[in-house]
Amino acid sequence: MNLVSMDFAGYTMGARDLIPLLPLIILTAASVWVMLAIGVKRNYAVALGSTVNGLLLALLMAHGLMLEPEFAAMPLLGMDSYAQFFTVLICATAIGVCLLGHNYWSGFDDQREEFLLLLLLATLGAVVLAGANHFASLLLGLEILSMSLYGMLAYPLQSRQHKGHALEATIKYLILSAVSTAMILFGVALVFAETGSLAFTGLELLPAGPGIAFSTVALLLISAGIAFKLSLFPFHIWTPDVYEGAPAPATAFLATIGKLAVFIVLLRIMVETRALGMAPVVIVFSLLALLSIIAGNLLALLQDNLKRILAYSSIAHMGYLLIAVIASFYSDGPIGIEAVSFYLLAYVVMTLGAFGVVALVSSHAGERDGIADYQGLFWRRPWLAASFTGMLLSLAGIPLTAGFIGKFYLILAGVESGLWLLLGALVVGSGIGLYYYLRIVYRMLLPQPENAPVLERGSAGFAVVLALFALLILFGVYPASLMSLIEAIAL
Amino acid sequence: MILPLLIGLLFLGGLLAWFSERINPVWPRWVALGALGLELLLMLGLLGASPENGWLAEYNRAWLPRFGISLHFAADGLSLLLLLLTAFLGVIAVGSAWNEITERVGFFYFNLLWTLAGVVGIFTALDLFLFFFFWEVMLIPMYFIIAIWGHENKFYAAKKFFIFTQVSGLLMLVAIAVLAWFHYLQLGFFSFDYFDLLNVRMNRGMEMWVMLGFFIGFATKLPSAPFHNWLPDAHSQAPSAGSIILAGVLLKTGAYGLIRFAVPLFPNAAAEFAPVAMTLAAISILYCAKVAFAQADLKRLIAYTSVSHMGFVTLGVYAWNELALQGAVMTMLAHGLSSAALFMLAGGLQHRIHTRNMHEMGGFWGRVPRMSAVAMFFSIAALGMPGLGNFIGEFLSLLGAFQANPLLTIVSAFGLIFASVYSLWVMQKVFQGKYAGDAFDGGGLRDLDNREMAFYAAMMLGLLWMGVYPQSFLDLSAPTLQALLDGELGQSLTGVARP
Repeated sequence: MNLVSMDFAGYTMGARDLIPLLPLIILTAASVWVMLAIGVKRNYAVALGSTVNGLLLALLMAHGLMLEPEFAAMPLLGMDSYAQFFTVLICATAIGVCLLGHNYWSGFDDQREEFLLLLLLATLGAVVLAGANHFASLLLGLEILSMSLYGMLAYPLQSRQHKGHALEATIKYLILSAVSTAMILFGVALVFAETGSLAFTGLELLPAGPGIAFSTVALLLISAGIAFKLSLFPFHIWTPDVYEGAPAPATAFLATIGKLAVFIVLLRIMVETRALGMAPVVIVFSLLALLSIIAGNLLALLQDNLKRILAYSSIAHMGYLLIAVIASFYSDGPIGIEAVSFYLLAYVVMTLGAFGVVALVSSHAGERDGIADYQGLFWRRPWLAASFTGMLLSLAGIPLTAGFIGKFYLILAGVESGLWLLLGALVVGSGIGLYYYLRIVYRMLLPQPENAPVLERGSAGFAVVLALFALLILFGVYPASLMSLIEAIAL
Repeated sequence: MILPLLIGLLFLGGLLAWFSERINPVWPRWVALGALGLELLLMLGLLGASPENGWLAEYNRAWLPRFGISLHFAADGLSLLLLLLTAFLGVIAVGSAWNEITERVGFFYFNLLWTLAGVVGIFTALDLFLFFFFWEVMLIPMYFIIAIWGHENKFYAAKKFFIFTQVSGLLMLVAIAVLAWFHYLQLGFFSFDYFDLLNVRMNRGMEMWVMLGFFIGFATKLPSAPFHNWLPDAHSQAPSAGSIILAGVLLKTGAYGLIRFAVPLFPNAAAEFAPVAMTLAAISILYCAKVAFAQADLKRLIAYTSVSHMGFVTLGVYAWNELALQGAVMTMLAHGLSSAALFMLAGGLQHRIHTRNMHEMGGFWGRVPRMSAVAMFFSIAALGMPGLGNFIGEFLSLLGAFQANPLLTIVSAFGLIFASVYSLWVMQKVFQGKYAGDAFDGGGLRDLDNREMAFYAAMMLGLLWMGVYPQSFLDLSAPTLQALLDGELGQSLTGVARP
């Protein structure tokens, strides 16, 4: 039986329909090309060049297609403006991770090229998620992304220099990711049993009113699976261990693109199906947001490891973002979607920047991610420390940075929807958050210790961090053009 | 155009001061002094401007058109008085840091000038988003000033200062967002412009909640009991220049916010809330005066007296009549000078003898007569001696408040007596009695030099001028206050940019 035939009724694909898929095609071709290049002759420079160029090409293509609405909807993949906008963001982030990894892996005593291949594939999965409007493509994208991430997280395992816990991180991620995918699958099966459709819009066919238990269970299973991927409380337990154990570039990828791609698809589901109209879904998502904000911030207070702090703070940030997702249902107008889009962009910039600094300070031989390792960084590497301070203050939502404008969007969206309790949590959470962000900043301001490790200057990664810092300030001071772009691409 | 220039000058001067350190470590302070001197001159130039609709200068450009946010700056008499105070105390702060700050000099003056740039932005912004932007911008450099150049417990103090201000600030941001949302509901487009938001009408409950958001933001900065908790720590740990800016300028931003925003935007809620606010003011005045008396740490003591004196400002603002408002403004100006001078003295003492503990001090008059005389002058000013600025401010404030709430005014007036008690007690403890030379490291105890005397003399002159001929200050602020009272604020010169 052809399960998805109903969703494709009356649809025939023409050559013209390939145009919006060009970014995906380019990424696929680049993956194959890099694989063949590695097979013919190992050369890191060639592999890096091909990967970055492939990503750049996909980025430019998506940018060109961004404001071309005539290529909008197709079954399986709706590469509309919204999807193309986030494709640009995903590809740009992936380029950043590539360049940061360049410093990190230098001198690595194992093969370096496959990391790039995995990264390309993971990016492909993320782009599929950005365009997914059908549960088949959702699962396809999720699995491409997760499978590649398993490899990236465990990458330094065979190296003799490796002293970390990459294996622990991978196993934890592998098991929990598989479980969450299974939950989503179960939920999707229930939806299909009820409606006979796998398209997101099929959710609207779910029976409402009396006897909604069936629909509720289905939706909650899907929500729980997505909450695992986004590491929302109480599905967050894997996050700090995985962040800490994995090599910094892989963590950076997981923390930015891994979260971003899932959030894009979550927002699309919520907006296209109006699933938030169901009371249980709203209650569950409000609770997830509230608990993530409070628990994420409180648990971060107890940490001394930078990657763990960033892991817990990412839990809190996902909670903040959920406020805007909920607001997208209640507010009239697209303010909720705009808030999510802007905040995601700001979140990616500041998280990639923060992990970029960690990746620059660390190396494949050992992570330098204890707070103590950053003591006196301000006087050793002023620009690096200034960028890091900027990233942390942006995470805390202080003006002059993109994080502030993002928080402003969230507050405006929350106010328009009257989500007073969640706004209260946002204010309290930000206050607690300041405490641990400032702790890191203060550590960097202290006089440097006698036996401070010598930091080599990595040019490519450092340039990425500086560029992110510049973007952070630009979007914090003059975000007008970005705002109008985001207004244009809103779902 | 002059107003963005004033802010840009300080931002630029800060960067210049930072980078000039690489050439010569002496340069940053000269750059800072130059920038602030130029700033002061430009502001004095504004004094001659002829007001149009009550505004001496205005600048309005679209910034974030999606939400109707504009770069809207404007200055009237009230703003100008506070701008002059800011630039003047900026010069004093540079003078007090001149020899005291020896490490990372460039970065220090960078932070100092950026803090002042934020303050200038606050005193001139007429777009609420822009106002909030500057409100937070000044926090980060101030945090650095306390955290890097502060004393023994600096991290705790810096963090406390930052978290208190930031959390209360976020509440204010939520309130601003609600206000803008109501504007959208009623008029169909987003605007954060002051003149637009003045027209927003809300129901009684909502107005009260939103007003409270603003009040908590401003009362934390002011500070008023029960939000004053951060201030004694921040003041006692900050370097002298930091304390001067904190006490002299930063606290005034809270008072300015109350006068410009918290009351005019929510006239009904503010009127309803006035008894509560005035009670909080009376508690601040009396309770913090009492606590000040119990301090052994000289800077902590002055910090608590600051809270006590700022209580007169709250009292005056919520009495909301012309006398009381004039009193509040005069208190802001006079307290700016007197508290800055006292913190500079305490900081100078600590720099010389490495302690702030009054129990280890005593009998300084014989050793450092100039310093003692200066301390006497400013203590007397702070306790409200007629003929000096503080008296005018507190007297007018009480006079006006009496018309609004006699009972609370009578209670608050006891604050003047308490002020005499602690001020004279400090004079006796530190400067009179037997010389306590063995209790501290007395080797560095030397009298004020001419440079320091010049700074103190300037502040003395200011206080005397305010005390003897206050009319010159009252005339400047009167039109603004009158317009605020009548609820007929002069409309914007350029008109508000419409989407």
